[in-house]
Amino acid sequence: MDNLPWIFISALLVNNFVLTYFLGLCPFLGVSNSLETSARLGLATTFVMLVTAVCAWVLNTYVLIHAPYLRLICFIVVIASTVQFIEMLIKKLSPALFRAMGIFLPLITTNCAILGLAIFATNRGYGFLEGIVYALGAGIGFTLALVLLAGLREESELSNIPQLIKGTAMNLIIAGILSMAFMGFAGLFSST
Amino acid sequence: MNAGANQEAQAPGPLRLILTLAIAGLISGIAIIAIYESTLPTITANKARELREAVFKVLPGVSRMQQLVFRNGELIAAELMQKGEQAVYGGYDQQGEFVGYAIPGAGPGFQDTIGLLYGYTPEQQQVVGMEVLESRETPGLGDKIYKDEEFVGSFSALSIVPEIIAVKKGDKSQPNEIDAITGATISSKAVVRIINETHVEWSERLPPPGSEPPLVESDSPGAGN
Amino acid sequence: MKKNDNQAYDEFIKGIWRDNPVFVQVLGMCPMLAVTNSAINALAMGMATFFVLVGSSFLVSSFRQWIPKQVRISCFIIIIATFVTVADYTLLALVPKVHKELGAFIPLIVANCMILGRQEAFASRYPARLAVFDAMGMAGGFLLALFSLGAIREILGDGALFGVNLFGENFEPWIIMILPPGGFLTLGVILLFFNWFKFKKDEFLAEVAEAERSGR
Repeated sequence: MDNLPWIFISALLVNNFVLTYFLGLCPFLGVSNSLETSARLGLATTFVMLVTAVCAWVLNTYVLIHAPYLRLICFIVVIASTVQFIEMLIKKLSPALFRAMGIFLPLITTNCAILGLAIFATNRGYGFLEGIVYALGAGIGFTLALVLLAGLREESELSNIPQLIKGTAMNLIIAGILSMAFMGFAGLFSST
Repeated sequence: MNAGANQEAQAPGPLRLILTLAIAGLISGIAIIAIYESTLPTITANKARELREAVFKVLPGVSRMQQLVFRNGELIAAELMQKGEQAVYGGYDQQGEFVGYAIPGAGPGFQDTIGLLYGYTPEQQQVVGMEVLESRETPGLGDKIYKDEEFVGSFSALSIVPEIIAVKKGDKSQPNEIDAITGATISSKAVVRIINETHVEWSERLPPPGSEPPLVESDSPGAGN
Repeated sequence: MKKNDNQAYDEFIKGIWRDNPVFVQVLGMCPMLAVTNSAINALAMGMATFFVLVGSSFLVSSFRQWIPKQVRISCFIIIIATFVTVADYTLLALVPKVHKELGAFIPLIVANCMILGRQEAFASRYPARLAVFDAMGMAGGFLLALFSLGAIREILGDGALFGVNLFGENFEPWIIMILPPGGFLTLGVILLFFNWFKFKKDEFLAEVAEAERSGR
């Protein structure tokens, strides 16, 4: 069975949620024009992932055993509620941060990466601890991919790029090259 | 469409909102349960058929099988597993005589987890078949662990004592050695490692040769042929 | 009736080309790139999404009078999730092999921004007939986009289409195309073509306008 270091490193590098599983592309392509915003969004997403992983495990263990077909709807409700709750929490604790995050918080709800996390963890039968480790790895991996692309985009603002390529096309090609680079992490854990 | 008319209407009270959501949820629940119940027989049959095919593949000469669960320190025939329990499959021939075990195992490969099933005969202590159930290995290279017929075929009459060793292609000399796939060394070695590790876990639980659980003849038409 | 028919046709066509959800609006990409590593997977996912989008649009549009504004997003999501679950179990029962390939990405159709976007932007405001045509157009455009992605990746990365070998033994496939980077790169290059196309079209239109001004 999978052990914890493998789960963590696999989600973070070898099978990065964004660059290998194509999850979380909406914010990846839409929000990554600023390094700072990307880092903040990544952190918020990681937090939501952790909470989701715990809730998913609780739901799976106690409720969904009897009704597996309700899985999808339950997960969505959990994710939407978590994001709503975190939004209220941040608004109360730090209004400045809330203003800075702006529209990005509600956007986390439609982030396929979080739903994907819940579904993957369920399919692989991860327990409580494994789920948390998986969420950590996935969240940090997501943040990493976002930050990498944001950094590259900020740099490219200063260069002369033909009008034709600018925009999503360029971002996708950069993402493809990043994805290729991350492929190099495969085999990290093999004991030969 | 008629913005004016909407503005005149009152904002719906919280009861109306909750009622709408409740009704939507109810209808949705009914629809989901309906589709689940109606597809359940087909899905269960598909799963059972896939399992049988895999078990029959890794245990040549077998035509009947049953699930063997390790419960309370012994291996018994049981249709259903409880949480936390592990199971293997017993393969029996047409007369109901025990042939071998089909043991599932999983572990990290090159890219991601590899899931497999291997056939084992306790009397000869040999692996007689291997089938990869799940893999995300590199297409064209690592996926040869299930596409290369020579590799898959070499898992027959393979001694598991003291453990299987993967050697460079062409170097195979001992009965417990197997040729790794050129260009997919890590994936091949992962398969071998998974079998070895799974076997270490299960060899303590398997009863001594000759005293395997007999085939339970059940009334349900599902078990057996 | 004629005008109504024309309008319905318009709504349908716009989703296929002019407002193609993947290539023009760049929506609904999230898990879709993952399933386009072969033509048959892309087709299956496209059809599942078609079913979900048309079904949801029909229901949302039919019940739009009764859904209060405040809870509309939640209602949309409930409806969409129901259709997705139905599609999931149907695929599992009918074509288990394809279902295994698509794996966890079928439930992820729920998070497809395109579907929710259509409900919000169109289905909740227009009558059922138009909503269904709009949905069919969008889903059709999506299906076409997915299929082209899947076909390109499979042809270049596997030398085959629908599992049928095209180029014979000596073709060395470009394996990277069926791996994740291939997904990004293919879509990026296709978008590049769309950009170039739009660029040329704008150029052409500008020339025509210029000619008209100076000529007449």
